[in-house]
Amino acid sequence: MGQELNGIFRYQKYISFFRIRFVAGLQYKAAALAGIVTQFVWGALELLMFRAFYEAYPAAFPMTREALSSYIWLQQALLALFMTWFLENDIFNTITEGGIAYELCRPADLYDMWFFRSMANRLSKAVLRSFPILIFASFLPMPYGMRLPVNLTAGFWFFITVILGFLVVVAFCMLVYIATFFTFSPVGVRMVAISVVEFFSGAVIPLPFLPDGFRQFVEILPFASMQNVPLRIYSGDINGLEIYARAGLQLFWLIVLVGLGKWLTAVALKRVVVQGG
Amino acid sequence: MRLYFNFFVMHLKVAMQYKISFMLTTLGQFLVSFNVFLGVLFLLQRFHEVKGYGFSEVVLCYATVLMAYSIAEMFMRGFDMFASTISNFEFDRMLLRPRSCIFQVVSGKMEFTRIGRILQALVMFAYGITKSEVHWDLWKVVTLLLMIVGGSVVFGCLFLIYASICFFTIEGLEFMNVLTDGAREYGKYPIDVYGKGVLRFCTYLVPYALFQYYPFLYLIGKADQWWYMLLPLLGCIFLFPCYLLWRFGIRHYKSTGS
Repeated sequence: MGQELNGIFRYQKYISFFRIRFVAGLQYKAAALAGIVTQFVWGALELLMFRAFYEAYPAAFPMTREALSSYIWLQQALLALFMTWFLENDIFNTITEGGIAYELCRPADLYDMWFFRSMANRLSKAVLRSFPILIFASFLPMPYGMRLPVNLTAGFWFFITVILGFLVVVAFCMLVYIATFFTFSPVGVRMVAISVVEFFSGAVIPLPFLPDGFRQFVEILPFASMQNVPLRIYSGDINGLEIYARAGLQLFWLIVLVGLGKWLTAVALKRVVVQGG
Repeated sequence: MRLYFNFFVMHLKVAMQYKISFMLTTLGQFLVSFNVFLGVLFLLQRFHEVKGYGFSEVVLCYATVLMAYSIAEMFMRGFDMFASTISNFEFDRMLLRPRSCIFQVVSGKMEFTRIGRILQALVMFAYGITKSEVHWDLWKVVTLLLMIVGGSVVFGCLFLIYASICFFTIEGLEFMNVLTDGAREYGKYPIDVYGKGVLRFCTYLVPYALFQYYPFLYLIGKADQWWYMLLPLLGCIFLFPCYLLWRFGIRHYKSTGS
């Protein structure tokens, strides 16, 4: 019983980290408004662009237009959850400028602490931004508008896989942060990592638009376990038994990335150099 | 002008002090726009054409926009960072110096890592120029140059607007990104791809179409009107309202006092 309580208590401090960050993030309302406008314009241009491609050669369209519209609106609305370029400068500065010493004094696991913090940051941004975009988008005429998930199963699995995908993104970003321990030139690592992920996660163009052969390869990579899975389940582009396979793959990558991250943190902390004073 | 040149050399030397960091950031810049290129490549491989434009034509169009944007960003970076110039009191110091503020802001910061993007644009030019069926003559070359110069001016104006707004808001307005980053991202296709409404907006409100769409039509031979090639110059008129906004901003400037 005592041990159990202890366990809950230990968990609680991460929840507090989460809450502090989450509430702080909610304060930036003007930034959120600007973000909403930006994302809305982005989504609209994206859809207009795909319309032109559809008109050029309808038969080559790999998913229904309704599915694509839902995909793009969800992508814009949930941007804060899934975009890997959305990294926290604070964490980089902590490592490069020596603040890490204070972080290590805390009676908490560094990896867990940063993991929760990143989650909170992203979630608070997403909460402020997603609903206005989705509500606006649902008023647009078909096939450009946002619609409800194709059925209840899709809705349910969308929910599950959004969480999994979100965790995979955070776990990946943790690797980028940890890489800073080893290089001290975070900008380069960061930009290379980001641009690779951007493309392979389906942020530039949805993965079904990639040529066959290449696409099958990309779908196995951890990056395809980010936004690709939930956004396509939502609109029924991924359905039936395939859902379980994709969700399983997401879980697999999540475990691998977190394991790798924890291991690298341990290695890095053994030889950590505190920069400056 | 000689003073500007001195600043130029100085910034270049500073950038070269951190060679590895410089190279990595440049590589990163290259990769980011390479992503967009890959997107265009795969989409056109699948659909063959969009609104009648083939792959090499789209590449040529994207190269022009990317080039114009990168040049503007490289030299106008000071306006992009203007929010911090105001908040850290630097602008008050500028007002005291016997040179124009615009000169000081522009020469105060140059971002040479944008060479990564320029490189990407050059590679795409090489491909687009050789593969597209443009009949190159002197006028076509002039058109292309005017498109790049006109584009740089328009993007520069947008950075100037962004900075001018900082006089009132102290911090940068994120939605200006729609006009700058957005135009770079979506300017990869000739603007009529996005439909009539967007084209009208880009002709009369923010003159993107004057340096991208119309002269581009003349360039690839889709339009015969020779005067389309001069439209980028017309787009430069955009400079006047932007400059007035800047003057207006300076007159209403209140120091942050910190």
